[in-house]
Amino acid sequence: MESDVLIGMISIATAGITIAIGSVGPALGEGRALAEALRSIAQQPDEAGMITRTLFVGLAMVESTAIYCFVVSMILIFANPFWNQFVS
Amino acid sequence: MEISQITPDEVVFWERGFVHLNATIVYTWVVIAFLVLGSWLITRRLSSGTALSRWQNLLEIVVDFMRKQIREIGQERADQYLPFIGTLFIFIAVSNILMVVPGFIAPTGSLSTTAALAICVFVAVPLYGIAGEGLGNYLKQYVRPTFVMLPFNIIGELSRTLALAVRLFGNVMSGMKIGAILLAVIPLVFPIVMHLLGLLTGLIQAYIFAILAMVYIASATRARRREAAEREPAEREPAKRQNDQEQKEKQEQEQA
Repeated sequence: MESDVLIGMISIATAGITIAIGSVGPALGEGRALAEALRSIAQQPDEAGMITRTLFVGLAMVESTAIYCFVVSMILIFANPFWNQFVS
Repeated sequence: MEISQITPDEVVFWERGFVHLNATIVYTWVVIAFLVLGSWLITRRLSSGTALSRWQNLLEIVVDFMRKQIREIGQERADQYLPFIGTLFIFIAVSNILMVVPGFIAPTGSLSTTAALAICVFVAVPLYGIAGEGLGNYLKQYVRPTFVMLPFNIIGELSRTLALAVRLFGNVMSGMKIGAILLAVIPLVFPIVMHLLGLLTGLIQAYIFAILAMVYIASATRARRREAAEREPAEREPAKRQNDQEQKEKQEQEQA
């Protein structure tokens, strides 16, 4: 098999696997965080503003891991350094 | 912007020699001009009476909101941080909001812009820390709680800068990419919905960037107050209140 075909194949497959695995963890974590925040808002409606703010910041932190996976998969597909080396 | 171009850096409008005028620079200028012109037009005739123009109202709400948020995190001295944090917030928010304008490419969708913003935060944290509590106290914070933690504290400092840059870049870039991909798959109506979602995430990302910058700065300037509270038992009452506040903050951070 030609090495550029091999690189293309592996890059695309890896991109799919990366985003698939990388989104499962943050999704579970964000779901848990959201459920906890909703519960505490139901218990203490007065603190809703502070809980929401903290929740947003926390969700962004959790989500950034998924974003890293997304960036890596985008690089694998659109800006793959090994691929460019073989095409040129 | 083509779908295969993952950053606006690759859209080059004009080049001569080693000077490339790419979309990131041009649209950053657009945002800067928009902000400066808009603020100049609004603040040209401010009124302190009861009759406010609607634009002055808008600006006052924005500034007041930012000041309130900063005060909730950094406690006192909000005005000291307002120029830096406010600039970050307004720049990111405006460039994310302008994304709905056809043809506009948000400069925050480029890793160079977000890296520059994150480096600003990276530099500002020690500056505010040293200005707030002196060089020695600021450096002492790195060997807290023990000397073993020194490399981890330094790594943490670097990695959170990287995270700050990649988070904003990834979010904005994914918003643009999803719009472009959906345009190829379901061109009718649905991309608009995703664009609206992009507006929401863009604002939240701007908010988060500014809040995280403020949290980092606040954590760098906090050590002195804690030591002062321990050292001066004569001022037990205000110190105690401060300790309580700090514990509340710590809980908040742990929750986050």
